[in-house]
Amino acid sequence: MNATTKTKTMKTNKTNLTDEQLERFGEELDALRQRVLADLGEEDAAYIRNVVKRRQQLEIAGRALFYLPPAWPLAVAALSLSKILDNMEIGHNVMHGQYDWMGDPGLNSRMYDWDTMCPGEQWKYSHNYIHHTYTNILGKDRDIGYGILRMDEDQPWRPQYLGNPVYALLLMLFFEWGVALHDLEVENIVAGKRKMSDNKPLYPGLIRKIRNQTIKDYLLFPALTGPLFPLTLAGNATANLVRNVWAFNIIFCGHFPAGVATFSQEECEDETRGHWYYRQLLGSANITGGRLFHVLSGNLSHQIEHHLFPDLPARRYPDLSVEVQEICRRYGLQYNTGRLSKQLFSVASKICRMALPDRKAEDGDAPVTQDALAA
Amino acid sequence: MGLDLPGTILRSRAVAALAFPQGIDRYLEQVNPMWAAHEVRARIVDIRREVDVPGHPPVATITLQPTSTWRGHRAGQHVQLGVEVDGARRTTRVFTISSPDSRQGDRFTVTMRANPGGVVSRFLVERAAPGTMVHLSQAQGDFVLPDRVPEHVLFISGGSGITPVMSMLRSLQRRTHRGQVTFLHYAQSPEHQIFAEELDEVRRSGHGIDVHLLHPEQGDPNLSPAYLERLVPGYRDVPTWACGPAPMIEAVRAAYDESPALRVEYFQPPRTSGTSAAGDVAFTKAGLEAPNTGAPLLEQAEALGLSPEFGCRMGICFSCTALKKAGTVKNVLTGEESSSAEEEIRVCVSAPVGDCVVEL
Repeated sequence: MNATTKTKTMKTNKTNLTDEQLERFGEELDALRQRVLADLGEEDAAYIRNVVKRRQQLEIAGRALFYLPPAWPLAVAALSLSKILDNMEIGHNVMHGQYDWMGDPGLNSRMYDWDTMCPGEQWKYSHNYIHHTYTNILGKDRDIGYGILRMDEDQPWRPQYLGNPVYALLLMLFFEWGVALHDLEVENIVAGKRKMSDNKPLYPGLIRKIRNQTIKDYLLFPALTGPLFPLTLAGNATANLVRNVWAFNIIFCGHFPAGVATFSQEECEDETRGHWYYRQLLGSANITGGRLFHVLSGNLSHQIEHHLFPDLPARRYPDLSVEVQEICRRYGLQYNTGRLSKQLFSVASKICRMALPDRKAEDGDAPVTQDALAA
Repeated sequence: MGLDLPGTILRSRAVAALAFPQGIDRYLEQVNPMWAAHEVRARIVDIRREVDVPGHPPVATITLQPTSTWRGHRAGQHVQLGVEVDGARRTTRVFTISSPDSRQGDRFTVTMRANPGGVVSRFLVERAAPGTMVHLSQAQGDFVLPDRVPEHVLFISGGSGITPVMSMLRSLQRRTHRGQVTFLHYAQSPEHQIFAEELDEVRRSGHGIDVHLLHPEQGDPNLSPAYLERLVPGYRDVPTWACGPAPMIEAVRAAYDESPALRVEYFQPPRTSGTSAAGDVAFTKAGLEAPNTGAPLLEQAEALGLSPEFGCRMGICFSCTALKKAGTVKNVLTGEESSSAEEEIRVCVSAPVGDCVVEL
């Protein structure tokens, strides 16, 4: 296990690879991507349609079970699973354009919207473009700490970060709201890099989405259960909460465990395709687990493969990871993976550690080594 | 239109709010593919070969039972029809409706030639079986008969262009039109004649329908003002519907000399003027065209002063997806070329090869 996190170059990312090696590394990954692209077809289509169908069955089962008060926990479980499938394996992946090749408007990145407060249209900008293009580049990738948290030593410490663990807890509980408001770039407005008026075009879509989601989960479906209104309302709120906690944890394990690298804007200037792949690899971390776990994580348990190949259907990531790991071994590159418990612990300790100012005595490499030992 | 209570409920705001954000059709289709509240789909109920000359692409008429959401069509209109080849990739093409006017939910037919390069037409004519589901748009197009049909009408068609005027002719027969109809059609040879038997019957039954089937390659007269004048004296004032390949339509236009009595339709993809050797790139929304520089379409668009939406500029984020209407593009990352008639492409990594038309 330790072998995966022992790389010492986290702060500067001075790769041992020569430019030629980096180029060949990129070509190998390009070839992998090409091979899967050429192979896309009926199985991938059948898979995603099956997930869509299961999601609907879970949703309908959940909504219906609220009529039976003793089945309340079951109803919440079914509805939570439905929302998790919708947000992760379907929504996130469909909106990445992973299934655009099917030509099905119901599975098209430009048409799909998910069962959460954030309008898909706005999320696609901050996620597909900003986060996936500038992954883990400090000052560019707004997903490093989401403008609220301090998640990297290179984010200068300020007293307000003492609240880091509390902010993280709140973000976890209200994750869908955090994602929805993420696009308003409040931190950039505070920093004077963005004007309030820049957000004006976003309000109508945001308000419409929040209104529709609220009417559905907190008014109409509870009302349909008549006298059980409060129970159904509480059930829907719980399902949204379960989904929030799940999505937050999966996503935080993708980029914030110890050993994941961040990059400076200078080292990514005029970046080659090989270096882009290199940055995606070192900037992400995987979670090991069973098949069901991978499906419920939207295969974001294969965050590394997702960042290398964001537009390939996520169901391909488990197979791809075998080959990616083989390539990484040959180039001597770290491949950050571990059990959910390990990655969660690693993320939680980072959130707490970043709340405090850096200990000056250490050089930049030290925290990583410590993490490796802690893990 | 009768009372459609289930339809009214399914299209209500309450149902839309409950099914948000997916929409009620996503749920209905899981239960029964023929159930829909907004989308239009159809089940193929019959496939009949019209023309099957060995060595030539066959022509077939496909009968479709649409969902109740089909609002009907007026003779002469066309419909977008999408099929899922091997259950995976949906491909959509436009086909003319060959059956007479239809009302909501009515069966109708499309007639098509299985062109060698035609993914959809070949699938429908050669591989599809009754029971197959297809995806439809509502009927489209302004090439239609007016509600009050003039006393004398002239139809001129060539090749597959016969389908819309055949739909009109059939509608006239059903509406028991009492006036005079002249039906003029150009085909390669009698063996290639679509709807031959039916036209033969129409001709023999009288009813004021004058059918002329011409085969210029076998010595019949070409379309010319003199020939038209002989067939229909004063033809320039007779309400005329003409449909066929571009050269034929140009000949008809010339013969009518801007007469308002002429209505034409020809199917062809939007084209560039084809003036430069490396091809031309046309941006349809902007109405601009320029010689193809070989650079990705996004760069070419920007060079012309357009500012299409874009994101990563490296093919990963899909922000710049646009509809290619015609032509071939090459993916600059993979070298893969694609010539599908209409497809969504990422313009940041798609470089045109030769002529190309994009909706930007």
